[in-house]
Amino acid sequence: MADLTLEDIHKKFGSVIAAQDVNLDLPDGQFVCFLGPSGCGKTTLLRLIAGLENPTRGRILLGGQNITRTPAHKRNFGMVFQSLALFPHLTVGENVAYSLRVRHADKAAQHKRAAELLDLVQLSGFMDRHIAQLSGGQRQRVAIARALAIEPQLFLLDEPLSALDAKLRESMQLELRELQQRLGVTTILVTHDQREAMTMSDLVVVMGPDNRVHQVDSPLEIYRNPADTFVADFIGSSNLLEGSYSGSGEITIGEKRLVLEELPENLSSGTPVTVSVRPEDILVLPGAEEGNNRLHGTVAFVRDVGSSVEIYLNCNGVQIISQSTPKSRPEVRQGDKATAILPAAACVVLKS
Amino acid sequence: MTGEKPKSLRTHLPVVYPALMLCIFFIIPFGLMVAVSFFHREPGGFYIPGFEFTNYRNLYTALFGRTLLFSLYIAGLSAAVCVSIGFPFTYFITRMRRRAQVVWLVFLMSVLSLSEVIVGFAWSLLLSRTAGLSNLLVWFGLMDKPVAWYPGFTALLFGICYIAFPYTVLVLYPSLSRLDPALPEAAQTLGATPIKTFFTVIVGSLRNAIVASFVMVFVFTLGVYLLPQILGRPRHWTLSVLITDQAIYQTNMPMAASMAIFFMFVSLMLVLLTMVIGKGKQAKSA
Repeated sequence: MADLTLEDIHKKFGSVIAAQDVNLDLPDGQFVCFLGPSGCGKTTLLRLIAGLENPTRGRILLGGQNITRTPAHKRNFGMVFQSLALFPHLTVGENVAYSLRVRHADKAAQHKRAAELLDLVQLSGFMDRHIAQLSGGQRQRVAIARALAIEPQLFLLDEPLSALDAKLRESMQLELRELQQRLGVTTILVTHDQREAMTMSDLVVVMGPDNRVHQVDSPLEIYRNPADTFVADFIGSSNLLEGSYSGSGEITIGEKRLVLEELPENLSSGTPVTVSVRPEDILVLPGAEEGNNRLHGTVAFVRDVGSSVEIYLNCNGVQIISQSTPKSRPEVRQGDKATAILPAAACVVLKS
Repeated sequence: MTGEKPKSLRTHLPVVYPALMLCIFFIIPFGLMVAVSFFHREPGGFYIPGFEFTNYRNLYTALFGRTLLFSLYIAGLSAAVCVSIGFPFTYFITRMRRRAQVVWLVFLMSVLSLSEVIVGFAWSLLLSRTAGLSNLLVWFGLMDKPVAWYPGFTALLFGICYIAFPYTVLVLYPSLSRLDPALPEAAQTLGATPIKTFFTVIVGSLRNAIVASFVMVFVFTLGVYLLPQILGRPRHWTLSVLITDQAIYQTNMPMAASMAIFFMFVSLMLVLLTMVIGKGKQAKSA
């Protein structure tokens, strides 16, 4: 009913491009993350949706209705800002009920709704507190409650968790996801933390330093099948191997051959390609074992952090990182000869 | 307590100089004034040391009362005018680009470099019948014939506000430029129109700065004594003018001193009252 569509959105600040060629279709009721490094235009995109900026070009549609020129105060979206932007001169209850106050709801209704929302974010009894008396996590909850007070069509969050410490951030992520599923409100969250995006979202929009959208997919699909080298590198760590296509489903890396299960169409022989393999998919065996999809090298470093073991292999100047659990830890030490097995199903060919 | 060791004389050394200057140029003269206000006046002469309340008793006249009230009234009114124009003005300056902000601030500072005398005579010319702004309005066909806005209350209010306005902006500027730009944006996403945002969020969250600048302009304009004489009629003379008159033309130092101290006392009370009310409001909304 209220799908959000961005059509050919461009945004320039003076001569600086903040976002270009953005075409998105965000279905109703989903949790969407805008993910990317800083300066990629993800916050600008959120501000465009909120109506705090006007696009240089393009249209924004909500449920088929053009809202590109609708001012922010008429859009009925809830937004949580990075600085939270709680009103310091108002109490917790007054902050939460602000959107009802500007809509001239009567005092009793304001109080009732504020109490409901404070219950929802587990801050019952904080109604008359002053903002300065709250901890970081509590302020977070007040900002969320305030944004949800008018039952917004869209719930927008601009890196709201970045100021919290790691433990609190993780629990707020789960709580926020649970809250979104309970309310069923379409939510867009901006973050540069890929773990945060993977934890919470139904759909991830990956943006790159060129201010374009690189991939829109479910978190697992993005992890398993990154669209290009930028996405593969940005989402988790990945081994990126330069090689070339040698025809008949094979890729040559140095002198070794990789046999792959899936290849992009229209690949001609000799085309340079990049192959991405996730560290946890790579198997390391001691000694030199011959065969396809096997690279030989020496163990450069073993990083054992207890919960996982990472092995750094130097294969003729190419660094390969393999990750395994302590139980399946390969019997190798620094300086040993070893073989890395790159399973055919785990290798993804990327556009270079 | 922080549990620091008692400080030695050396650590106090840097404050000795300002403390000394404060003592020599503020506390001692003020003490002298307090003392003089109790001295006995020699008519035709100067004063002789003593201790009597005659000077304070003599304050109880209709002229003094009327002038005191008028001084407080015009100071309060100009403070209200300055803050109500200065606050939105400063807000718009702080939303400009850095370079434009600097230009505006330098311009305001340069207004400060004009002396009160020049400002007074400039306004007396601009508001006069023969050469003033009303001639311009006649020329545009907006008025039938030129009128004199000077001397009078309007001219005095114009002059005082012109002098006090740059100070108002400079006092408001730091707190307004520190205002989180996300605050008004948040109000807008919550459904407040720009006007409503201005009054409920920007004015609301900066109430302390507004009270502070009001008090500053109020106290500042209490002290003007040249402008009332240039731009006003004798009934627009403030207490500062009366004090100058007593001290210089009537050579009645004890009377002038008692006037000044009583005036200071009353304005101090008003300032305290304003601050208590400002605080009280905040505590109530807390």
